[in-house]
Amino acid sequence: MSKLRVLVGVKRTLDYMLKPRINPAKTAVDLTGQKMSINPFCDIAVEEAIRIKETQKDRVEDTLVVTAGPSASEQILRQSLAKGMQRASLIDVGNKELEPLSVAKLLKAMVEKEKSNLVILGKQAIDDDAHQTGGMLAAMLGWPQFTSASKVAFDGDKVVVTREIDGGAETLSSPLPAVITTDLRLNVPRFANLAKIMKARKAPLGKLTPEELGVPIENRLQTLSVEEPVSKRHNIMVKNVDEFVNTLKDLNAL
Amino acid sequence: MSNLVRTLAGPLKTPKYAFRKQSLKGCSLLVALPKVKTQYVPPMKRIQARNFCHSRIVQGNELLDNLKRIQSLEREVEEVDVCIVGAGPAGLGAAIRIKQQAAKSGREIRVIVLEKAAEPGNHSVSGAVIQPTALDELLPDWKNEPPRHCTPVSSDIMRFLVPGMQLPMPVPPIMKNHGNYIMSLAELTKWLAAKAEELDVELYPSFAASEVLYNQDGSVRGVATNDFGVDSKGLQKDNFERGMAFHAPITLFAEGARGSLSKTVIQRFNLQKDCEPQTYGLGIKEVWRVPDENFRYGETAHTLGWPLRSDTYGGGFMYQFGDNYVSVGLVVGLDYPNPYVSPVAEFQRMKQNPFYAKVLKGGTRLEYAARSLNEGGYQSIPKLVFPGGALIGCSAGFLNVPKIKGTHTAMKSGMVAADAIVEAFNTGDTGKPLTINTYEENLKNSFVFKELYSVRNVRPSFHAFPFLRNYGGMIYSALESYVLKGKVPWTFSHKKGDDVVTASASSYKPINYPKPDNVLSFDIPTSVALSGTMHAENQPCHLFDRRPNDRQEAYRKYKGVESRFCPAGVYEYVDDETLPTGKRFVINSQNCVHCKTCDIKDPLQGIDWKTPQGGDGPKQTLT
Repeated sequence: MSKLRVLVGVKRTLDYMLKPRINPAKTAVDLTGQKMSINPFCDIAVEEAIRIKETQKDRVEDTLVVTAGPSASEQILRQSLAKGMQRASLIDVGNKELEPLSVAKLLKAMVEKEKSNLVILGKQAIDDDAHQTGGMLAAMLGWPQFTSASKVAFDGDKVVVTREIDGGAETLSSPLPAVITTDLRLNVPRFANLAKIMKARKAPLGKLTPEELGVPIENRLQTLSVEEPVSKRHNIMVKNVDEFVNTLKDLNAL
Repeated sequence: MSNLVRTLAGPLKTPKYAFRKQSLKGCSLLVALPKVKTQYVPPMKRIQARNFCHSRIVQGNELLDNLKRIQSLEREVEEVDVCIVGAGPAGLGAAIRIKQQAAKSGREIRVIVLEKAAEPGNHSVSGAVIQPTALDELLPDWKNEPPRHCTPVSSDIMRFLVPGMQLPMPVPPIMKNHGNYIMSLAELTKWLAAKAEELDVELYPSFAASEVLYNQDGSVRGVATNDFGVDSKGLQKDNFERGMAFHAPITLFAEGARGSLSKTVIQRFNLQKDCEPQTYGLGIKEVWRVPDENFRYGETAHTLGWPLRSDTYGGGFMYQFGDNYVSVGLVVGLDYPNPYVSPVAEFQRMKQNPFYAKVLKGGTRLEYAARSLNEGGYQSIPKLVFPGGALIGCSAGFLNVPKIKGTHTAMKSGMVAADAIVEAFNTGDTGKPLTINTYEENLKNSFVFKELYSVRNVRPSFHAFPFLRNYGGMIYSALESYVLKGKVPWTFSHKKGDDVVTASASSYKPINYPKPDNVLSFDIPTSVALSGTMHAENQPCHLFDRRPNDRQEAYRKYKGVESRFCPAGVYEYVDDETLPTGKRFVINSQNCVHCKTCDIKDPLQGIDWKTPQGGDGPKQTLT
């Protein structure tokens, strides 16, 4: 049976409990001063990697957690280390905005560098809800992908994953290497023990830049405007068809 | 535990008559008031602790037994030099100062700061107009890189509100804010936390100190953080993690007003035996972003009068700072006697007055917060030092009520404690618990005590003159502000205690508060959602009701005062025909915004505010 080298990609997003605010210029979500945390789906991915390490002790050679973002993202890496990941790496992109394609390219470079054979990601990030990075990464690597996984098991050299799909649940299997993206019901992340957090404060972190990985960051998308969702639906009750037509005319809909 | 045993035995028998004394030194009025005879209510057949988490009834004994079993588990211990509970201005001020002084004397002092919020600043609530006295002393070049949205005060306004109108009032000298700064206390705390981390202070947010640990001789040994992963019955879940214990020669309690651990320490060491009991106010505020035409950068406004009645102390404020942000709020003294008063409803309708409405019109509400604050001042400062520990900041109570500022005194108290600690480390043997008496002595000689002494008579004057009530207070305060400045031989006393002064509902009529209009005033659930408060599901209710069997009697007398003083809708009396009064007491602890009002104002004094799982609670950034 081949050894497992697990790579987990995580993202730092606005804390899931906070209501996003839009900046006055209406061009982006206002993140100044807001609490940022690990994306909840990525947290589940970290937890899954740690569980695989705990249940398959002899088989797991390395667990690595990676994030691409500003230097403040160190905090979520240290939290993951405190929970039980063995190594962590930060790809420092400064304040640049990252699109899913760039992230997928960076992760591909990391996978090739670290010779990982199992990649676990969150299925989507709660800020952009793109749901793209996992699929793009699998396609670029030419690996099988299991998205929205709700159960992960190993059968010899194969990985058996149950996915949540619109019609119910689907169980697939494939030999390694593979990309798995996690859904909400996969597991419940553990709390980081304070003693381990204290140790993780001093732990060494791998630091990289996109240039070192040979990946230029290009942005192909431009955000034109960001608006609040419609808060109040104005329901107009009408008594008959004539009133209906007149109301539509008043609203310039006809 | 003993209270639980007592309720099993039968309800407390209260004396028929109680004497209440209101005294001015040199002239005392002895007033004998008949006490309302309480009806005998037979105890319920089973103990049902009204400790709800998502409305699940848990047998009180079961919860306590399970929690006891967890308490007997071993904890991992970490030995440190100084342990500080609470990362607020006082706690962080002390931590920064210790590291600065330690570096000067070439010593290594390991400082740990524990904070229950997910991030420092998330539970910090204040107006706030900060007097930079302590900040200038601690970090002299803070103005080069000030906290975000820091705004120098440009003008002071005072108004007396009547329904539909605002009347101008002179600004008393003590409330002139020239040289002060409007900032968000949450931002200031975050800024201080960053400075502390630079100096290598070990700051651990999301870890609440939930228990004080003692040595055999009774001195404070340290604190322990709370356990994670305990379900609502007190049993361990899969992700159970036992809390960690921190042992230190000195532990500083900087939890803010009515701190949960500070309360136990004050009781245990009898720190209030030579002072009056602390009295409190409840501050409720919102942060809005308003259109350019309404915004006046740096304007500080305070209002008195409407909507509060003449027997209720309090006033509103509106500070305009930063990028079109407006911090608007109302402070209500919790010694109000009318149980039908709802501070949060008063605040919501205060915003309808044109003085506030004109500024807030067209704006968006960003955040909502509430916090109790100390109003006792000089008369209520307890003994500050005890073996192995000390109280700093609002845990002791250094808020200057007429100025409505307590941040500078809190920070200064932290700094003076820090100096005393470093001195003790440099001279003495640090193996044993320290009693830093020099902290108390030096603080008495600093501006903190001098300031509080000079304004000691202002707050109690609002109830010291019978029949004149608030107006007596305003007249006397004006006299003090302009002429006397505290240089008088008398010291007024406070009323007995905020919980005791609540009168029976039969003396008052229910108040018809206007319904929220969702433009300027809002209902409680929407407000609570804006505070970002969240408590993890399935954990023991952090609001412990030690007298669940007396709630029926309390409802008869006070007609649901608990449901009105809480600004987050935690306490409710829901219809239940099976009970004698037709109402059942429910605790919705997941709404809690950590203001501690229930611990203060509960007439039965049965509600015990304990820390929930670390990281829970509001997530405020602009308050």
